Amino acid sequence: MSDAALLALKGVTAIRGGRALFEKLDLVLLPGEATVVAGPNGVGKSSLLRVAAGLLRPAAGEVTGARAALADENLALDPRQTLGEALGFWAKLDGGNAAPAMDAMGLSRLSDIPVRMLSTGQRKRAALARVIASGAPLWLLDEPANGLDSDGQERLVAAMTAHRAGGGAILAATHQPFGLGQAHEIWLG
Amino acid sequence: MIALILRELRLAAGGGALFLPLIFFLLVATLFPFAVGPDGPLLARTGGGALWMAALLATLLPVERLIAPDQASGVLDQLALREMSEEAVATAKLVGHWLSFGPPLMLAALPASALMNLPADVLWRLELGLLIGTPGLAALTLGVAAITASLKGGASLAGLLALPLAIPILIFGAGLIERGGGDGALELLAASSLLLVAGAPFVAGAAIRAGRD
Repeated sequence: MSDAALLALKGVTAIRGGRALFEKLDLVLLPGEATVVAGPNGVGKSSLLRVAAGLLRPAAGEVTGARAALADENLALDPRQTLGEALGFWAKLDGGNAAPAMDAMGLSRLSDIPVRMLSTGQRKRAALARVIASGAPLWLLDEPANGLDSDGQERLVAAMTAHRAGGGAILAATHQPFGLGQAHEIWLG
Repeated sequence: MIALILRELRLAAGGGALFLPLIFFLLVATLFPFAVGPDGPLLARTGGGALWMAALLATLLPVERLIAPDQASGVLDQLALREMSEEAVATAKLVGHWLSFGPPLMLAALPASALMNLPADVLWRLELGLLIGTPGLAALTLGVAAITASLKGGASLAGLLALPLAIPILIFGAGLIERGGGDGALELLAASSLLLVAGAPFVAGAAIRAGRD
């Protein structure tokens, strides 16, 4: 296993509610690589992302990795704040700037809109902008294309391509294919 | 850390929740004389204890919004991803919660003590007691807020959990304002408050971690 790996899962087993979701899973993500976790609903794709993020302790195995940014179904933006302020809160914690990320996801016009007013697709874009602004080398994306229109999907693909070109890695969970370019695939279930 | 404390204060101010404990406290102080009757000496004797009860209940008001919304919206997950320990997050929330209700409550105690016909020296000892005791009450609220965060309708359970644990604060806080009965009450109040403040971040941190599984 290389020291440069941005994410390394070694013999990882996850158990949820007394049921083994996956057993003895091995996964290595090097800079520039991307892996798609595919499979039907409820098979443990999101749990795998949470294990990779260190939020869920695996029942067995070892998880090591670089700093990760996670975009799952939880937006983690304060609903009463404007989008610009809410993204700026996280960007400030990360020592970065939210404006370029908002630009990349086409959200600049919505900067003054309160987060609670955003539509489903706009919320998805906001979560992705939070990931882009984090500057983390490892992106963990849960169904990143869900709810995005074609413009949003194009922007997502462009952001992911740029991230990988800059030496970042992506682990994405999805039940439907989307344009990740060259990627490994893990099938759960 | 400072960014987190500021965020707590912003959340407290945003929902008008900053004034809720305050108004509640003053409302109790207004209603209590109606309940026991306009007997000056009786009010002066019992009013301090009633204000301590009001302070205890006021601290529990925001119990539902301290931890649960951040857990549901993924904010706690995002903080964990940024290598911030759950204990540090809980400490920031404790400081933020105390700042948003402790000092305002001490201000509100001034008009409240007038309504209760409290003598000046009793008011002074009530203020001192609130200064020392409210951090303990804030810590208690934070702890039970974290423990009950993943439960539906956790607020009522939170009340049941918190009230018995607040007994030491209440006893020594009320003991402190008793005329001539203040011997040792100050030290014991400080000790029980310190115990709660020191323990709450670890209890809340462990509860937040356990809530992820």
